[in-house]
Amino acid sequence: MAKPIAGGAGSVAGVEVALPRPRTTRPRGWSQLLESERLLASLLLAPTILLLGVFIAYPFLMGIWLSLSSTSVGNPGVFVGLKNFAKAWDDSIFHVAFRNTFFYTFWATIFKLILGMWLALLLNRNFRGKRIVRASMLLPFIIPTVLSTFAWRWMFDPTFSVLNWALYQSGFIVTKLPFLSDGTWAMWCAIVVNTWRGMPFFAITLLAGLQTISPDLHEAASLDGANGWRRFWNVTWPLLRPVTVVVVVFSVIQTFADFQLIYVLTGGGPANSTHLVATYAYQLGVNSGLLGEGAAVSLFMFPVLLAVVWIQLRYLRRLEGA
Amino acid sequence: MVEQTWKKWIYFYIPLTVFVIGTLFPFYWMLITAIRPDEELYRSWRAVNNAPFWTLHPTLSHVQDLLAKTSFPRWLWNTFFIAVVSTTISLACGLLAGYALARLNFPLAGFLGTSIFVTYLVPPTLLFIPLADIIRNFRLGNTPWALILTYPTFLIPFCTWLLMGYFKTIPKELEECARIDGATRFGAMARIIFPIAVPGILSAGIFAFTLSWNEFIYALVFLSSPERKTVPVGVVSELIRGDIYFWGQLMAGALLGSVPVALVYSFFVEYYVAGLTGSVKG
Repeated sequence: MAKPIAGGAGSVAGVEVALPRPRTTRPRGWSQLLESERLLASLLLAPTILLLGVFIAYPFLMGIWLSLSSTSVGNPGVFVGLKNFAKAWDDSIFHVAFRNTFFYTFWATIFKLILGMWLALLLNRNFRGKRIVRASMLLPFIIPTVLSTFAWRWMFDPTFSVLNWALYQSGFIVTKLPFLSDGTWAMWCAIVVNTWRGMPFFAITLLAGLQTISPDLHEAASLDGANGWRRFWNVTWPLLRPVTVVVVVFSVIQTFADFQLIYVLTGGGPANSTHLVATYAYQLGVNSGLLGEGAAVSLFMFPVLLAVVWIQLRYLRRLEGA
Repeated sequence: MVEQTWKKWIYFYIPLTVFVIGTLFPFYWMLITAIRPDEELYRSWRAVNNAPFWTLHPTLSHVQDLLAKTSFPRWLWNTFFIAVVSTTISLACGLLAGYALARLNFPLAGFLGTSIFVTYLVPPTLLFIPLADIIRNFRLGNTPWALILTYPTFLIPFCTWLLMGYFKTIPKELEECARIDGATRFGAMARIIFPIAVPGILSAGIFAFTLSWNEFIYALVFLSSPERKTVPVGVVSELIRGDIYFWGQLMAGALLGSVPVALVYSFFVEYYVAGLTGSVKG
């Protein structure tokens, strides 16, 4: 965030007064007040700060209060200290949800990164129909997740799964695969769907990064005898790393706090084995009406998100400093 | 030469084809399911099906049922209305705030810039429980305003961030010239800089529109009556009756609910991609 050059525009105004021009009548009244940078800035920022204050900062503080209280729907509740957090910590479903969240985030991010990078490298080449292929690759990312997850749920259907049908007909399996009816399978299915949805975001942003790399560098490297793989590791990857870090951070935050994909695909089942922190918080806070416990569960995401954001900010600072 | 083409197939055409099929197959399956008659849909997975990947008897009955027997058209309108209004609000706020942060010199500029960036990274799933309480207290529950006012919480930071980056690419001299010619600071911003920033505004707008169309958890928690719902929530909560999934209708809903965003996207691909790549850059 480069600061505006101090006094840049202000000194121009000073120059203007000194010039003998006929049209130098200064604006009067409130528009003169707007010439003050501070006042104009605070006016321009006021709507944003108001909206974000009322609907982000206030709910955040209120969430902390709720998590420390015994509030439920229709019951204002009293202060109970850390009881909700302690209860969640002893709760076996919460344990599963917490572990799942890390597992889901870790694997989905790895797959999205590897496949997204691969796709970006493929799309960076010249071929016929490049524009339409590039544009269609982003579809999973723009189509509402809930709707496309339904298509996946139908493809994983226990009785009518097209995937089971195709694998059976081609002789790979003899009994159907328990896509969503087994906890471990269901978690991996969720990871597959998340990867499918998020990979285009990686591919397109990495592709934008790839396009800024000068072909001369590759040419020079291949003249020095570097093969494709070495060119990738020693030329492309170092130059792409800043974009990659930012994309990974965004994706980690969204995946870690994911809700809709699991809500539609498995609903946390079978037998609460695929809950994430967010879906479990929903089950407690909305389905059971235990606002205090739900708020406490969702706040468990906060330290992790804070750490990720902090790393991101430090990394950005370092890049700017360099 | 022969070896070259062989290599190109292995390293390029085959992987790319697999990516294309893998990416698009779920959409194809959505379409096929939506136009397939029920007796073809509900066949055992082991059945010998002579036309598994297409249908010999396409039907529009699922689509007709969806449009006539459910509130689907109403959900489409709700989603559209909410997306347009919240996008407009967010663009207006983001435009002003982005300009202030990119161009004006004032105390706390760095702090506010960082704070807005941090709110950009706050996921809705962290806030939905207290927000539901606040929405109830403001008596906004089950109205479109519950969403119109809360969607900007994730749209404004994004718009601000994107437009701030865009403003920084516009040379300062343009404003300085305008001000020498007697324009006020506000006038220079509104008449000189904003018109130049139209591509950036369009990118932010398209991106914000698709984000609002996609939003799920706030809509799920804040709306309760069927005719007030948005497409994603309506499809999830109203098209499944009891435990029974009407897959034909569900897929027709998923398909029709995706068409508006897909259309907007196809007309503005370049702007969308600029918004997407700009959203992660400073």
